[in-house]
Amino acid sequence: MKHCVSNAKLHSKVYRGGKEEATLHAPGRQQSYRVIRRGADNAPGIRRAGVANKGRRRKVAWYKEPMNIIITGVGGQGNVMASRVLAGMLVDAGYFVTIGETFGMSQRGGSVMSHLRVSSRCALSPQIPQGRADIIVALEPVEAIRVLSKYGNPAVTVLSNSRVVYPIGVITGDFNYPSLDKIKAIFDKLTVRNWLINATSVAVEMGNPVLSNIVMIGALAKMNLLPIDRRAFEKEITKNMPADKRRINFAAFDAGAKMV
Amino acid sequence: MSKLLSPAKTEVLFMGNEAIARGALEAGLSVAAGYPGTPSSEVIENLASVAGQRNLYVEWSTNEKVAVEVAAAASFAGLRSMCVMKQNGVNVASDFLLHLTASGTRGGMVLVSCEDPGALSSVNEGESRYFARMLEIPLLEPANFQEAKDLTKWAFELSEKIHNIVMLRSVTRMSHASGNVICGSLTDKSRVARFVYDGPITDPLRGPVISTPVVAKHRLQQEKLEKAKKLFEESPFNKYFGPKKPQLLIITSSVCFLYSQEAVSSLGLQKRAGILKLGCTWPLPERLLKKYLRLTDKIMIVEEVLPFMEESVKVLAAGMPKEIGLKTFYGKIDKTLPAVGELNPDIICAALSKVMKVKCKSIPAAYVKGLQKAAALIPPRDQTFCPGCPHRASFWSINTALKRDGREGFVCGDIGCYAMAALTPAIGFHTVRTLHSMGSGTGLACGFAKLGAFGFDKPVLSVCGDSTFYHAVIPALINAQHNRADITFVVLDNAGTAMTGFQPHPGLTTSAMGEAVPAVDIAQICAAIGAKVAISDPFDLDGTSKLLNSFMEQSGSLNVLILRQICALSPEKKGKKKFEMRVDEALCLGEDCGCNRLCTRIFRCPALTWDRTKKKAVVDEVICAGCGVCSSICPQKAIMKTEVIS
Repeated sequence: MKHCVSNAKLHSKVYRGGKEEATLHAPGRQQSYRVIRRGADNAPGIRRAGVANKGRRRKVAWYKEPMNIIITGVGGQGNVMASRVLAGMLVDAGYFVTIGETFGMSQRGGSVMSHLRVSSRCALSPQIPQGRADIIVALEPVEAIRVLSKYGNPAVTVLSNSRVVYPIGVITGDFNYPSLDKIKAIFDKLTVRNWLINATSVAVEMGNPVLSNIVMIGALAKMNLLPIDRRAFEKEITKNMPADKRRINFAAFDAGAKMV
Repeated sequence: MSKLLSPAKTEVLFMGNEAIARGALEAGLSVAAGYPGTPSSEVIENLASVAGQRNLYVEWSTNEKVAVEVAAAASFAGLRSMCVMKQNGVNVASDFLLHLTASGTRGGMVLVSCEDPGALSSVNEGESRYFARMLEIPLLEPANFQEAKDLTKWAFELSEKIHNIVMLRSVTRMSHASGNVICGSLTDKSRVARFVYDGPITDPLRGPVISTPVVAKHRLQQEKLEKAKKLFEESPFNKYFGPKKPQLLIITSSVCFLYSQEAVSSLGLQKRAGILKLGCTWPLPERLLKKYLRLTDKIMIVEEVLPFMEESVKVLAAGMPKEIGLKTFYGKIDKTLPAVGELNPDIICAALSKVMKVKCKSIPAAYVKGLQKAAALIPPRDQTFCPGCPHRASFWSINTALKRDGREGFVCGDIGCYAMAALTPAIGFHTVRTLHSMGSGTGLACGFAKLGAFGFDKPVLSVCGDSTFYHAVIPALINAQHNRADITFVVLDNAGTAMTGFQPHPGLTTSAMGEAVPAVDIAQICAAIGAKVAISDPFDLDGTSKLLNSFMEQSGSLNVLILRQICALSPEKKGKKKFEMRVDEALCLGEDCGCNRLCTRIFRCPALTWDRTKKKAVVDEVICAGCGVCSSICPQKAIMKTEVIS
């Protein structure tokens, strides 16, 4: 029986392949790294059979199945945009991507979080289980720890912006904000690798603090943990942004790549 | 080209709401109407963005009831139509819906209700699935992004087969989540609107569209539902995944299917537990349920939020004891799963591990301890009004006026970002004392104002946003005038439906489809009702609070103050500072001022922060919106504003 329910296998006429006897996928159970993508060893391109963008898939070594990424920050920092850009690149590379997001009232000054789940097998739940994040990208340092404390595990990687946005409770004096040294020490203790970079200062130099999210994406791409690169980014930005805004985004991406 | 119009067979990343919109386009939708509400708004927004290319009529209606009526007219004329709203909207539309489901529909018509388990962006987590049962109409729930598209398309076909409206229910984690979707083809068949009404009254397809004769139409309605049930028996949207002889059968729907799947696999229960995923959740397909209920005696029902399916499954099971045998049910009723809040894979994992007596995998205890220690070091980040938000200024003035008035007056709140004025951390001054459904603040204020005979003597204010005004406040305002309720009503007019993403409303001159439309003026409506009306800029703190005081002093009349200032996040304003702000360190007296840090403890703008080493206020220029309001609250005049010349 099929237990792994790729969306379209069920109801759309498009055949998405996959072995009939495949058992239920095991999100998070596969701790072995460098798992070869199933599509590649079963029947090349099988997921794309009959699909117009067949053949666009690049042969990339896959690292973990699934890959769970959390992008976090404060409402208004461009969290949603960062997750869309990243997801767009990964869908283009041939993966199933699920983004779990909340926006609306939650963005008004509060913490925001996007869960990105990347699989070569099927659509996953839009919520990452606790303790199962592989990569945390934080646009604000304390938000990195907030996410880490719920979704962290000894194998997690953290990429965090060092620019602080003080919560109201800190401004009023009701709460303390830990020092960046303390934050870095927490990262060092609880992650397998981490970067604390000042993406906002680079973005401000480029003329707009909101570019911080793209600086972070550039840094993430450089880390080589995901099958994304400058070319994929260019393609994604060209698809979704007016021409006059592209160059500054490319520059922000490159600036980020230089920071790790 | 819009992603929404991607060619057939291409694979795209769609948000659940985009997938619903695409499904409707593939079904040949002609008319869509809705009222903005998180998490539903993107369906109408996306359809509106391609209205010209696809020859659609798309509107933001004044409220959800009107939206259903607008869409129903299109259905009566033989077109395919859709109405879209969040869960509360179905409450608003329910009166019309109850009659519509009795009269029946003609062209395929779908009601999309996007709900918010856990109230991530709501002031309730109410369910509309129970309406499907009450309205006696079919209910469909997509379990992933592809299904969000495919099931929407099928909903139109189903509606046309049974000649009644079909309800499609999504949740925040589906509507606002994104995933891969393979597009189907867009239909080019265009329909001509033709309303036939000269047949006999008993002919629902050629006669007038009415709900009478009531009993005959009600019988017909139930026959339609039976027909839907038969179609559900064969539907590919209901599917079983798992072993032939499971020890536990999980019955689930919507995004809970993805959670259940994840929980089963992370506990390694693939060979012991089966999952019956239902896309058609009302009425339940009886034969299908019978087939799977026979597989095992342990049944777990996983759904959000209330035990809707669980009740239905139990009723079915009670009717077939000989065929299926005795069952033990696990779900919300026996408290295996919580009946409040949203679910997630972890909650289901915990429930499954209890029922199946297996252990959840855990992270090393020492590491968890480290995480807990780190978590204890970080401050909470509460929601608050954005930097530059007009509401902070408006409530500042309301608070100032109420204090000066001295009679312990208060505000009845309403639904919008300004509902945050009822939350403790949002601002350091509280005036909002009630918060319910849209328009209810003014209705409640009317009630309070009539309690004078019972010893109640506090002045009562109500507030609402501009979009809320049109949606539901006008009847309450007429009530206040006609019944002499002595209230001061404040419209927080920020020129759009801000909280849900700046959708236009009747006060603006552009429609959902971008066409020029006449604006309906709030001040003129209030004046026509007979109220005393004043308009002020909320950023003028002094002028606004004085106006409010003069209103509160006048008894025996309905007073309306319209506070006009565009939302700080609106496309017109975002990223454009009117003022450069800075704190003059020489003038700021810090803790010694005696103002109790009015700027940073009470006003609470995220951009106005406190330098702990210098013990002075400081402006965070990266997040400051440059509204300039804080310069008028400092008793030392230490917050300086310089106009930005552009």
